[in-house]
Amino acid sequence: MPLLEILQLKKSFLAPDGSNHCVIDVPGLALEEKEQVALCGESGSGKTTLLHLIAGILRPDSGSINLAGQEVSNLSEPERDRLRAMKIGYIFQTFNLLPAFTCLENVLLGMSFGPGADRGVAEALLQRVGLSDKFKHYPRQLSTGQQQRVAVARALANHPKLVLADEPTGNLDQRNARDALSLIREVCRENGAALLLVSHDREVLAEFDSVLELSKINQATASTSAIAHS
Amino acid sequence: MTLWLIVRKSLRQHVLSTVVTSLSIALAGGLLMSVWMVKAQSRATFTQINGGFDAVLGARSSKLQLVLNAIFHLEASPANIAWSDYLEIQKNPNVELAIPIAMGDNYRGYRVVGTLPELFTKTEYAPGRRYAIKPPGRIFDLGLREAVVGSFVAQKLGLKRGDVFHPYHGLTFDEKEEHAEEYLVVGILEPSNTPADRVIWIPLEGVQKMSGHAAEAATEVSAVLIKLRTLVAGKTLEMFYNRQNARLTFAWPIGATIGELLNKISWFDRVLAVVAYLVAVVAAGSVLASIYNSMNERRRQIALLRALGAHRATIFCTVVLEAVSIAILGMLIGFLIYGVIMMAVASIVRAQTGVVLEPLAWHAVMLWTPLGMIGLSALSGIVPAIKAYFTDVAGNLAPVS
Repeated sequence: MPLLEILQLKKSFLAPDGSNHCVIDVPGLALEEKEQVALCGESGSGKTTLLHLIAGILRPDSGSINLAGQEVSNLSEPERDRLRAMKIGYIFQTFNLLPAFTCLENVLLGMSFGPGADRGVAEALLQRVGLSDKFKHYPRQLSTGQQQRVAVARALANHPKLVLADEPTGNLDQRNARDALSLIREVCRENGAALLLVSHDREVLAEFDSVLELSKINQATASTSAIAHS
Repeated sequence: MTLWLIVRKSLRQHVLSTVVTSLSIALAGGLLMSVWMVKAQSRATFTQINGGFDAVLGARSSKLQLVLNAIFHLEASPANIAWSDYLEIQKNPNVELAIPIAMGDNYRGYRVVGTLPELFTKTEYAPGRRYAIKPPGRIFDLGLREAVVGSFVAQKLGLKRGDVFHPYHGLTFDEKEEHAEEYLVVGILEPSNTPADRVIWIPLEGVQKMSGHAAEAATEVSAVLIKLRTLVAGKTLEMFYNRQNARLTFAWPIGATIGELLNKISWFDRVLAVVAYLVAVVAAGSVLASIYNSMNERRRQIALLRALGAHRATIFCTVVLEAVSIAILGMLIGFLIYGVIMMAVASIVRAQTGVVLEPLAWHAVMLWTPLGMIGLSALSGIVPAIKAYFTDVAGNLAPVS
C-alpha cells in the first residue's frame, strides 16, 4: 500500500461573487514510502491547497486522503493536528521561522507538538544541515539560505513519514536553491521520509525522476484552462 | 514547557505593551491592597488604642472630641474641669485608677502634657505592656521641672536625656509664645507605638502653674483618664455623667467611640475602593486591548504553530496564559507599589497620631487581590484567545501558489 494515496479529492472555495470555485479535483495520486516526487504547476493552480489538504490543514469537500494507513479526511481536527505533528514535515517557501525563537528553539518547538522536544536530536539535525555554530542565532541573524536550512531541520525533527515542501527554493538565489534542494533530498533520504515537493522552477524539477504536472492530475484547473481557452 | 516558551517569547516580543499593561495591573493591585489594608489596620489599631484606660472624663463636649484630645492628643481640648471633679471620680468605688492630664502647651509643635507618674507606673497601655524609660533615664519628679519625652518626639527633635527646653504656650507652635520655665529631660520613653510617643510628659503642676496660664488653671485639669473595676461600671458612670450632669462628659467605651468615627468616614474608604476597582477594570481592559491589538501581527505565527501540529486549544491557552503572565508580573510589581504606599501611609499616620501601622502584616487581601487580578486578566485574555482559536491556518500561511 502506498504511503500516500489520494482518491477523488475535491475542494472548492466560495468566490467573491458567491459562487463555488472548485480548486482541487484530483481523481488519483499516490506516493510510495521514501519516494521523492516533484509537483509542478502555474501559480494559482492549487499546489499549496493540495499540500494543505494532505497535511490536514484544510478539509476536503469529498474524496479520500490516506496517509500511512490513516484516512486524513475522516480524522477530527485535533487528530489531524496530531498526524501533522507526528508524520508530516512541512517546508515553506518563506521558511516561516518564528523570529523570536533561536534556531535551536525553532527546531525544538516543532518537536514539542510531536513526540516531544529532544535537544540532542535537534542539535544533531542543525549540525547535519551545517548550522552547528548557529544554535543560539535568531532567524534575522542568518542568511536566507541558512534560514531555509533551519526550516529543513525543523521539518525533519520529528522523523516524519512524509515531507511536504512548498516552493522551498522560491526565495533563494540559484546557488542557495541548488544547495537547499540537494540538502532536502539528502536528509529525506537519510531519514527514510518520502518527499512531495511543489515547484514551478524548471531547474528544480529537472533534479527529480518523478515529476507530476498538476494541470494534468487536477481536473479543476484543467477545466478552468479549457474554459479560458474556449 | 512549550506553552511557557511561547508565552515568554511573546512577552519579550511585545515588551513595551507587556511593561505598560503590567504596570497598570501593578497599580490596580497595589492600590486595592493598600486601600484594604489601611482600612483594616486603621480599624484594628485605632479601636484598640486606649492607653490602658476604659473611659475619659472631661468638660461637656462630644465623646469623640474628648477621646481624640485625651487619648490621641489630637483636636483641641474642649475646656478644663475642676480638680474636685477629678477627686470625686477618683474616689468612686467603680474606678480602679484615675489619672488627670493637663494640656495647653507645646514644644516645637509636639504637645506638652502634664500628668502624674502613675501614668507610667500603674497602667498597661496594652495588655501586658507598660511604658518603659530608656536606661539610664527615669520618670520626672513631681516637684521639679523635669520631662519624659515620647520616643517619636525625641527622634524628630533630637532630644536626649540632659537636654533642657522651654515649652511654648498653646497647642500649635508659635516662637513668640515661649514660656520662661526651663525643663530638663530626665527620660526618653521606649517606643510604645501609641500616641504617647508623640508627647512630652511633664508633672501635672507644671502645666497647671506655667507662667502665663490663667490663675484658675492651677486648680483645673483638661481631662481624667479612667480605668474601671468592671465594665458594667462604665454604663452606670455614663448614665450619671452624661444624663444628669450638664458640665461633664464621660466618654466610654473608648474603642467604640473611635469605631463610630471610622464608621462616619467609611464613605472615604468606599470611594477609594471604587477608584481601585475601576483602575482594576481599566487594567484588565488594557490587557485585553494590548493582546487583541497584537493579534493581527500574530496571525502568521499562530498559523505556523498550527501547521507544526499545535492544537487550537494550545493556541487558546497560550494567549490566556500570556494574559495571566502579565497579571503575575504586574502583581509582583504591585506588591512593591503596595509596600511604597503602605510605608508612606504608615509614616504619615505615625507622624500625625503616633500609631504605628504594620505595612508588612499578613492579611487575606494579599492573597485574593493577586488571585482576583490574575482571574480578571485571564478573563480579559479570553477575547483575543477566541480570535486566536479561530485563526485561519491556510489563509495565513501565505504566500499561496
